[in-house]
Amino acid sequence: MTAYFLEDTAVLTGRSLRHITRSLDTIITTAITPIAIMLLFVYVFGGAIDTGSASYVNYLLPGILLITIASGVSYTAYRLFMDMKSGIFERFQSLPIARSGVLWAHVLTSVMSSMISVAIVVGVALLMGFRSGAGVLAWLAVAGILVLFTLALTWLAVIPGLTAKSVDGASAFAYPLIFLPFISSSFVPTDSMPGPVRWFAENQPVTAIVNTIRDLFAGQPVGTDIWIALAWCVGILIVGYVFAMITYRRKIA
Amino acid sequence: MTRSQVQGPAIHVQGLTKNFKDLEVLRGVDFDVARGSIFALLGSNGAGKTTVVKILSTLLNGDAGTVTVNGIDVAAKPGKVRESFSLTGQFAAVDEILTGRENLVLVARLRHLDNPAAIADDLLDRFSLTDAGGRKVATYSGGMRRRLDIAMSLIGNPPIIFLDEPTTGLDPRARIDVWEAVKELSAAGTTVLLTTQYLEEAEHLADRIAILHEGRIIVNGTLAELKQLLPPAKVEYVEKQPSLEDVFLALVGDDDANINADATGKE
Repeated sequence: MTAYFLEDTAVLTGRSLRHITRSLDTIITTAITPIAIMLLFVYVFGGAIDTGSASYVNYLLPGILLITIASGVSYTAYRLFMDMKSGIFERFQSLPIARSGVLWAHVLTSVMSSMISVAIVVGVALLMGFRSGAGVLAWLAVAGILVLFTLALTWLAVIPGLTAKSVDGASAFAYPLIFLPFISSSFVPTDSMPGPVRWFAENQPVTAIVNTIRDLFAGQPVGTDIWIALAWCVGILIVGYVFAMITYRRKIA
Repeated sequence: MTRSQVQGPAIHVQGLTKNFKDLEVLRGVDFDVARGSIFALLGSNGAGKTTVVKILSTLLNGDAGTVTVNGIDVAAKPGKVRESFSLTGQFAAVDEILTGRENLVLVARLRHLDNPAAIADDLLDRFSLTDAGGRKVATYSGGMRRRLDIAMSLIGNPPIIFLDEPTTGLDPRARIDVWEAVKELSAAGTTVLLTTQYLEEAEHLADRIAILHEGRIIVNGTLAELKQLLPPAKVEYVEKQPSLEDVFLALVGDDDANINADATGKE
């Protein structure tokens, strides 16, 4: 049965990619909120924020990319929920296929659609004056971290996708994830925050990831932040995957 | 995918139980379905019909008892069993964003068949969906969705088909189309297990009927055997008025031309 895992996953991924190309609005709405936040912060609040770096858009972009990914994965939960509700998930599960391919297809689609949204946001940032001195390796490292972050959040998104009772329930889990970058070093340096908030901001995953991407974009050495960032991503990925699989097995047994 | 030469019943269920937490849904269900027959599982809402179908189709595990489909134990070899049957669930499980044709091609590819495009075209033709094949399923009527749903279940010619309430929510015209499809399948040698809450449907289609009530099969037999359970019929003279269904079908027409018109026209 697993002999067909790759073939079945490819067929099912092709199907969910078609969903995306036929409802481009999901990619546009995924990109539009982060772009609006970016415009607001760069052109309205940014003038009053002292980050110590020359260009605020350069400072801001890493956090905006994480917000983009967090809002993108809520559509993954939505698509999975719709498959559960319509019964097509059960149809796939009753076919002689590699069953886990159904989930993997959603996960791969999530990564691809998130990366398209990320590319759109980076394009807008370039128009707004974002510049990077990063070399090819640094860009690849940024892409790698973003893919890892997307995978981690996607496996978390699978859980509400499988268990939600309503469309709103399926996508609501993403709100705290979208909000998390606001209490991090994404928008302002953490030094200005009061004690407990600062402690939270400095020890939550977004700050380490944002600092790492910011250093990579600036062509700076990344320091220990990259290991903390990777540890968070891999940690969330493993926890998300394990709980998603437990949820999945409960659903089909 | 080939019709198995295995002897014995197509479906064998013995002592099947299933609890959801404290709720005893199935309390020892026993029945056999002979190869090539149409078997109707009749019961009111909540009787456990869907639970039986889900266990037969490896979507749920039973708590106790033996279940074999096409001679294969569903608990021991679920992957093998899935090659023997096809499931048409309670709600038309079709992909609304894809076209009808793409839905068929998708299933044919997942069943690893050669020439998915030809299989899709053939089924679109058989189910009078050729003209609608290039449209998104979201634009289909309920009857067209159900026809597509059943067409998707026929891909790969599985020897056994499970139909869970195939006509619930359909209009009379679409219901008759589904009945015709079921009869054709059976004529071609496919074993059909269908669940229904409509007595008329079981009476019309099934070779054998079992009534599932409070988690057990309380009767199981042919229509004639079931009728003998009650006192013999007495003769009464009643003026035969046309039923509303007769009127409806007479007015909207009852021929094949109308099936095609339904598929292509009104949406």
